[in-house]
Amino acid sequence: MGLEAATPASVQEVINWARKNSIWPVTFGLACCALEMMVASSATYDIARFGAEVFRPSPRQADLMIVAGTVTKKMAPLLKRIYEQMPEPKWVIAYGACACSGGIFQTYNVVQGVDQIIPVDVYVPGCPPRPEGLLKGIITLQEKIAVEPAEQRKLVSLPWGNNG
Amino acid sequence: MDRCLAGDLLKGKFPEAVLKIEEFRGETSITVAPQTIRAVMTFLKESENLYYDLLLDVAGVDFAGQVPRFMIAYLLHSTKFNNKLRIKTWIAEDGALDTVSDIWKAANWLEREAYDMFGIIFNDHPYLKRILLTEEFVGYPLRKDFPLEGRNFDQPFAVCLEEEQ
Amino acid sequence: MAESRYMTINMGPQHPATHGVLRLLLELDGEIVVKAEPHIGYLHRGVEKLSESLTYPQALTLTDRLDYTSGLSNNLAYCLAVEKLLDITIPKRAQYLRVLFAELQRIAAHLLWVATHALDLGAMTVLFYAFRDRETIMEMLELVTGARLTPSFIRIGGLAADIPDTFLPRVKEFVVDLPKRIDEYETLLTDNIIWKKRTQNIAIMSGEECLNYGVTGPVLRASGVYYDVRKAYPYSSYEDFDFEVPLGRKGDVYDRYLVRLQEMRQSNRIVKQAMDNLPEGPVAAVDALQVVPPAKEAISRDIAALIRHFKIMQEGFKPPQGEVYASVESSKGELGFYFVSDGSNKPFRMKIRPPSFVNLGALPKMIEGQMVADVVAAIGSIDIVLGEIDR
Repeated sequence: MGLEAATPASVQEVINWARKNSIWPVTFGLACCALEMMVASSATYDIARFGAEVFRPSPRQADLMIVAGTVTKKMAPLLKRIYEQMPEPKWVIAYGACACSGGIFQTYNVVQGVDQIIPVDVYVPGCPPRPEGLLKGIITLQEKIAVEPAEQRKLVSLPWGNNG
Repeated sequence: MDRCLAGDLLKGKFPEAVLKIEEFRGETSITVAPQTIRAVMTFLKESENLYYDLLLDVAGVDFAGQVPRFMIAYLLHSTKFNNKLRIKTWIAEDGALDTVSDIWKAANWLEREAYDMFGIIFNDHPYLKRILLTEEFVGYPLRKDFPLEGRNFDQPFAVCLEEEQ
Repeated sequence: MAESRYMTINMGPQHPATHGVLRLLLELDGEIVVKAEPHIGYLHRGVEKLSESLTYPQALTLTDRLDYTSGLSNNLAYCLAVEKLLDITIPKRAQYLRVLFAELQRIAAHLLWVATHALDLGAMTVLFYAFRDRETIMEMLELVTGARLTPSFIRIGGLAADIPDTFLPRVKEFVVDLPKRIDEYETLLTDNIIWKKRTQNIAIMSGEECLNYGVTGPVLRASGVYYDVRKAYPYSSYEDFDFEVPLGRKGDVYDRYLVRLQEMRQSNRIVKQAMDNLPEGPVAAVDALQVVPPAKEAISRDIAALIRHFKIMQEGFKPPQGEVYASVESSKGELGFYFVSDGSNKPFRMKIRPPSFVNLGALPKMIEGQMVADVVAAIGSIDIVLGEIDR
């Protein structure tokens, strides 16, 4: 629709502000980095103050997929399916060395980086990165969302038709 | 004392099955003939003097270049007498071994893993399918001639989604 | 009618209550589970194959990622197996410190278990309390090893370095506080009627069935069988420590919960004893010249030490030919490493005996005939870690 192109800049700023301050992740912890992700959501490194209040188990209710852990070739089709079930606008953080590039596992069953399957917005390296790394990743993502032009994301995500 | 006891009792009951008894770093390993594995295992579990009731591990090892090629090591533990025993057996590349999964149910998944990684067939196994890799995977990864990175490593990974029926 | 009455549902790999990427195919007759089939392998990273192309010290770093809730226990199991192969003795100080770290990791792993298990069954408060205590342990580990989750601190021949002076006072503080914290968890859960109704008489396994399925660890002990590797085959000076092994009676989910809480208290006792009786001395087997690298100060002074350090880092060492198996009692059960060595500097075959893999094989037996809502309680009570199952 041409609705995105017709959005004035001030309205787009408000839309971006609303989007970046209420990013809800989907629970996608795969391996060891999932533990650091859980720690980041508990008391000491509270992730809720950045807007990621609840981790939604269902991808239909989430905006952000934090791929935390190694992606194997057996898991890859399911990861892609979960990504496609998320409605627009959606973002992806690759958390940990295995999600960024395969990590220490250069073997027959490991996908060398989740960006071979889905587009990634922020990479957080480390093995595992500290929970503050995840918080920095979310802040970087928020800065990225704040300057997004109107045409990049669909304004309204409809339950039918082509949602990108 | 108990370790050699297993070897002596086995040699007494199955003289043609026991091929070798080794001791290394305090552990006893008894090599048996592959066709006698079920009889040996049943005896080891049910004999009152040995009573190995816990099957800890089933490990496959690939000695590429040797004939027979694969070695399978069963690690047993007796809670009554508190000792461990390793039973080894050798099998050729296209051979098959009898399953022990009705003697110890722990062997069900452990033998499936040996099949998945090496291609060792276990006769009469209730569900001998791949356990760690996908069904469509071609090849047996832990064999020495399988490359570590797998095939087509230099090409980007293309995931294919099955269509919903 | 020829149609099947059973409905097949998929508790998929992405699920908040499967503790990782585990897929369960359940056939249901109404609410009762008729057949359950676990599908694993979604985290199979090829650790065993990868270790065949790394030297022994390099493959140690892979072991942290197995049971990632307690990294140092895996290091300890690996090092015990390699040291058995090499036949070297570890100094007493290193052994006592290894025991201290292993028990701290057991407490951390059980805290994580009670947090996630209670969260699955609806008690969210326990998660925040237990994570607070787990953070204290993580900070202590970071003080010594430099990493929270993947330390690789227990090395072949001893430890990587000695503990700093600020470590033991912090452990002392923690050890004094922990019994009161465990009392808090007990107040929240043990006599709670909802907890009891959700966990008692669920997923019962008798002792004989557990042994037949190869189950070890708290699940086996909750069914009344006394098998703890620390008492049966003591390693790393465990025979010097005075502790009890809690046993359950019925083998249901409630008993497993009680056994694990009691194990936390006993681990606390062991940590206290290890701290009080810590001997002086080196923290690595300095006479095992091929294995233990020289001290940093010696490298800049002495050419022989420099060459030795270089060779150990580049080539590793060559153990004799043979096969060994060594195991530890990790928080999930008996974790064992089986090495076949052909005399070269890389392991010819490293087989990991993962406790969660064998324990999960008993899951279909536990939940068949139970209701669907109890599947979550049963999975939680086995305490699985997919990193270990899939390797």
